[in-house]
Amino acid sequence: MEIPKDYFFARTHEWVKYTDKGTAFVGLSDHAQETMGDVAFINLCDEGESFNAGDVIGDIESIKAVSDVYTPVGGTVLSVNDNLLDKPELINSDPYGSWLVELEDFKKNDELLDSNAYEKFLAEAE
Amino acid sequence: MDLKTPLYDIHLKYGGKPVPFAGYLLPVQYPSGITAEHMAVRTAAGIFDVSHMGEVILQGPDALMNVQMLVTNDCSAMADGQVKYSPMCNDNGGIVDDLLIYKKTADHYMLVINAANHDKDTAWMKSKIKGDLAFKDISAEIAQIAIQGPKAKEILTKLTEVESLPVKYYSFTDEVSVGGISCLVSRTGYTGEDGYELYTANENAVKLWELLMESGGVCGLIPCGLGARDTLRLEAAMPLYGHEMNDFITPFEAGIGQFVKMNKDDFIGKAALAAKVNAKLKRIGLELEDRGIARNADKVFSNGNEIGYVTSGTMCPFIKKAAAMALVDAAYAAAGDMLEIEVRGKYLKAKAVGLPFYKRSL
Repeated sequence: MEIPKDYFFARTHEWVKYTDKGTAFVGLSDHAQETMGDVAFINLCDEGESFNAGDVIGDIESIKAVSDVYTPVGGTVLSVNDNLLDKPELINSDPYGSWLVELEDFKKNDELLDSNAYEKFLAEAE
Repeated sequence: MDLKTPLYDIHLKYGGKPVPFAGYLLPVQYPSGITAEHMAVRTAAGIFDVSHMGEVILQGPDALMNVQMLVTNDCSAMADGQVKYSPMCNDNGGIVDDLLIYKKTADHYMLVINAANHDKDTAWMKSKIKGDLAFKDISAEIAQIAIQGPKAKEILTKLTEVESLPVKYYSFTDEVSVGGISCLVSRTGYTGEDGYELYTANENAVKLWELLMESGGVCGLIPCGLGARDTLRLEAAMPLYGHEMNDFITPFEAGIGQFVKMNKDDFIGKAALAAKVNAKLKRIGLELEDRGIARNADKVFSNGNEIGYVTSGTMCPFIKKAAAMALVDAAYAAAGDMLEIEVRGKYLKAKAVGLPFYKRSL
């Protein structure tokens, strides 16, 4: 199970990665994609929408089930990864490269887990 | 307490994560995932543990008379070694279960029933059988491995003489030596693909699985879980008990009326079914035009009027479409009609289509 060092994680298995230009990418963890199985569709919010941490920014539909996606940090959607609408399977093959949305004006969330803490969280949930 | 099949440790060995299903712990998928497992069955071969299925034996001079009373299909002219599919109905014509009937000899039948209905079915059958016959539930002693896909025959012939394999679809050969293991080999399946189902004693299951894996590897055989079993049967429009069928749905509504033989002698449910031949509901296929997957119990609308509900839905990996089956008012929904399905508060466009969604080329 891959858990990259420079990502932060919500207990609902989304990740956030902060960029040097002051934005934050949001995606789904390797554990999340593995649990969901093959992703069939993803529906995402629109650019310009604003969210608080924990708000639903879309849903993801795998063969097995549909799940809401929650943003780990609040902010305004600068861009949406439209590529995933046509190729949702990228979430399975490259979960940490497959960002869903890029947020600006985001608020850092101290509740999030760093990679070590997330690894421990997953181990305890087993 | 969920039961383990004799192949439980095999599922762990191959990376499957068993979950409770119909009273058994079975894997939803292996590491290759549902899509890859589904495609393996359509293009090469897949191996499934279906040991949870139940088997009961009806044996004795009155065996046929009782089979004929229990099921709606006509088993009177079956040959030894033939398999028939049939609903088993209650007095109201609702479906108690759907099953496979194996005729071993004139007075010896094996009925294969759904695991989820095992207790209900055996109680029902025991309450209905009469005359000179023995009823034996061998479910707990028998393992079943399905090997499905265009390469299934090639794989099996590495382990057994090709002459000992059943030739026709829906036929079987008993006591076949598959790699030295005695099996009942049945040319049946629940995937819409050619293939076999192998019944053997529990203690042989692990060895049989490993032999099949060994000889099937070069043909692209991979282990498949419950997830692929469901997507495969749905793509092939095969009904699943608890979804397309239940105690209150008749075979005519479920789209399996061709397995009800109203011209045979009396059988349980016949009188009620006689009045229900022209069903008010029908099973239809739907292909979603909007993005999303319809699931069991989602409501179906035609021009704003609710006409029924989805019984099963998924993303079908081979036809690459989100598809669903639905039970709807028979007056609506001809093939080609555009309908709507309420999915999580949204109305998604779906086209009514003929079933099955997928049919293998011969």
